[in-house]
Amino acid sequence: MYTLSVYFECMLARVTVVPLTLLGLLEREPSHGYELKRDYDNYFGGGRQLPFGQVYSTLSRLARDGKVSGGDTEPGAGPARKRYAITELGASEVDEWLREPADPEPYLQSVLFTKVVLALMLDRPADSYLAAQRASHLNRMRELTEIKRTTSSLMDALQADHALFHLEADLRWIDVTSARLEALAEMVHAR
Amino acid sequence: MTSFSLRRDPGPDGCLVEVKNLYKSFGATPALVDASLSVRGGEVLAVMGPSGSGKSTLLHCMAGIFTPDKGEVWFDGQRLDQLSDTGRTQLRRSAFGFVFQFGQLVPELTVSDNIALPLLLNRVSRKAAYARAEAWLARLGLDGLGERRTGELSGGQAQRVALARALVGQPKVLFADEPTGSLDTLTGEMVMELMTAVTREEGSTVVLVTHDARVAAYADREVMVRDGRVIDRSGAQVEVGR
Repeated sequence: MYTLSVYFECMLARVTVVPLTLLGLLEREPSHGYELKRDYDNYFGGGRQLPFGQVYSTLSRLARDGKVSGGDTEPGAGPARKRYAITELGASEVDEWLREPADPEPYLQSVLFTKVVLALMLDRPADSYLAAQRASHLNRMRELTEIKRTTSSLMDALQADHALFHLEADLRWIDVTSARLEALAEMVHAR
Repeated sequence: MTSFSLRRDPGPDGCLVEVKNLYKSFGATPALVDASLSVRGGEVLAVMGPSGSGKSTLLHCMAGIFTPDKGEVWFDGQRLDQLSDTGRTQLRRSAFGFVFQFGQLVPELTVSDNIALPLLLNRVSRKAAYARAEAWLARLGLDGLGERRTGELSGGQAQRVALARALVGQPKVLFADEPTGSLDTLTGEMVMELMTAVTREEGSTVVLVTHDARVAAYADREVMVRDGRVIDRSGAQVEVGR
């Protein structure tokens, strides 16, 4: 049951993050679907490739919602290729997503990593985003500590402990990443 | 001997301790670089940061243990950094309490002696000092341990004795430097719960240095120290106007 819940949390994070990540990649420069897939797999795949089908279905949903424009089909030796560009609406959605700290819940790692790398790629203030995320995590930890302090239920206290340990792990990662932002920025821009 | 008349309430802006543009180096190594911070009266503030970031140096400057190379330290409307050594010692005894990672209790003395010591140094009568020590023993769940030597205590008990010793003089500010650093998780939580509960009851302000987010979660607010600079929750360097 526990493993299932972790699996669903991870799947949910992936479903939410992929469209925003593709939008972020498009903010760098207009790209074809296969370029987006290549960059997504390189930076964010973590050994798991994004299926082509998911790339194109996501792009058509984004186009339908006015967040990317399909542009012209470019003829070539192989099949016709479409270059996608981000619209103003799409760019503002990326901006809002990067700026807004994620809800401090367990299993956030891939979301936080994606946001930091994209922010660096797009020359946004990744350090400020991490600081805001850190503050948001600590606020949640404060709430959980208060629950532990006031509850008479050992089960509630242990559940709060579980969340606290996960948030603490995230915070350690945030601190280490904050200290290594410069090196990470160099790596992201060198690719 | 310098005497102090302490206001019962923080200043009009609610600020009780303030450091402004502090610089402190040890040899060629800078520990604080333009560090500024305000602490409101009654607040529990966590000062976080990695090892070597300057957070303990900041606490020592705020408490008048270190003198900064440059910058200002204010306590309750007075320039602490401009006081003489005697004046700072007197202020530390009358207005500040301290808890460190290792309790720093006096091993030759009993638990009650350790707790009564700050009062005896402040010339409180022996009878009154030991009565107050006894009351603190009960308050921190240490009943019956008064006659023990500190070496006979567990880590958690020793840290509670250190807490009682720090609070027995009803300090305006409690400075705590990694107070749970040598304790296991559950014992550390118990110490933090006691510390925050009793300081809130007493109305004391707490400046808590820790690298541990779970400990910092007991505070009302946190700041980060990185490379000797104080960083607020937005990632910007803290600036204090006066």
